[in-house]
Amino acid sequence: MQLAKEVKYLIHKEVLLEWRSKYTINGVLLYVVSTIFTCYLSFVSLGDKLTWNALFWIIMLFASINGVSKSFLQETKGQQLYSYILASPAAVLISKTVYNTLLMLVLTTIALGFYTMVFDTFTPPDMMMYYIAVVLGSISFSTVFTMVSAIASKAGNGGMLMAILSFPIIIPVLILLIKLAKNAVDGLPWENSFDEIGMLLVVNVLMVATSLLLFPYLWRD
Amino acid sequence: MNKTWWKILGSVLVVYTAIAGLLLGVPHLPILNETIRNLYFHVPMWFAMIVLFSISVFYSIKSLSTKSEIDDIKAVESVNAGIIFGILGLITGAIWAKYTWGQFWSFDPKQNFAAISILLYFAYLILRNAIDEEQKRAKISAIYNIFAFPMMVVLLFVLPRLKDSLHPGNGGNPGFNSYDLDSRMRMVFYPACLGWILIGYWVYTIRFRIRSIENKQQHN
Repeated sequence: MQLAKEVKYLIHKEVLLEWRSKYTINGVLLYVVSTIFTCYLSFVSLGDKLTWNALFWIIMLFASINGVSKSFLQETKGQQLYSYILASPAAVLISKTVYNTLLMLVLTTIALGFYTMVFDTFTPPDMMMYYIAVVLGSISFSTVFTMVSAIASKAGNGGMLMAILSFPIIIPVLILLIKLAKNAVDGLPWENSFDEIGMLLVVNVLMVATSLLLFPYLWRD
Repeated sequence: MNKTWWKILGSVLVVYTAIAGLLLGVPHLPILNETIRNLYFHVPMWFAMIVLFSISVFYSIKSLSTKSEIDDIKAVESVNAGIIFGILGLITGAIWAKYTWGQFWSFDPKQNFAAISILLYFAYLILRNAIDEEQKRAKISAIYNIFAFPMMVVLLFVLPRLKDSLHPGNGGNPGFNSYDLDSRMRMVFYPACLGWILIGYWVYTIRFRIRSIENKQQHN
């Protein structure tokens, strides 16, 4: 119960901080929109639905690296010490992950809307399934990147380490996500996608479990 | 003698499989033909790599609780030795693929995922280089190593099964362990696996000893 209370308080703190400055959400939103716009200007139209799908996920990957990596890298030593005294490591990790998931959900939803609007030559026939893929993508990106950004911030060498450490871990997840989204793009019946959805959930549970086990060691300096 | 018996056993087994693997009879199958002998040289590399990476994770977990420098050196040296075997596995696989699939690298899921899992361990080594403070380096790299290990297992054993692959054992292709691994091949294959695992472990212990001597010299 203590944990739930701490998590709730910390999420509230994160949201409040973000609400005051609105820096991350607006920054990443502008990043996504300008990337999509740049892609639009260079591609003009995407006739091929596979390219449409792949391009969306590449944009989402870089946007989420930028968005989620802020969670630990941006905090000062003092802020970390403050939450170290205030809460248990598990509560810190869970609250960050949940907050990042919420952030990514808002972001990817807006991005998907803008993306389908700009590249209107094609829309997935099974939008519901595609949205499920997007939701699962937000969850997986935030579970993996939150832990990796904690590792990178403790190593004290932010940006480049973040990319090097997270890419090999995120590639298998990304492959599953693209496969799932491709099923939606092809308009396959839902039964065909259960394998990928199950795999993604298993990978996420695995990632969260290992993060929870390891984070206390990382947090204590 | 009781300390070196496994080294002798490993060497004898590897020499035996190198000779017997090239000379003994093998079943003749279409497409594979004589390239089936690659089983003795390609698959044991992966077994040795998995064993070495498991040793590394074991010592990473141990070093988190003991905080001893020796455990940290053991973890990193077994990764170093494991990467050698991983690269050898990729090369032997690519040479085999040239003769059966027609290309060294044909973007088969198994090849790609194996390459990505090697990348994971290169990332681990780069992470180590990025941190100067020894205690901190031991802790953070141990955490990344443990975090990456389940992902490597997913990459090597789970994902290739969801994809269509030309690799034997996948996508309806006959695996070596189904009907075509006859008793003649077993006579060479099992000793080869054991032999290469022992040689891999030997490489790791030598590397560990060199590293700890270097460390001692630095401290003095």
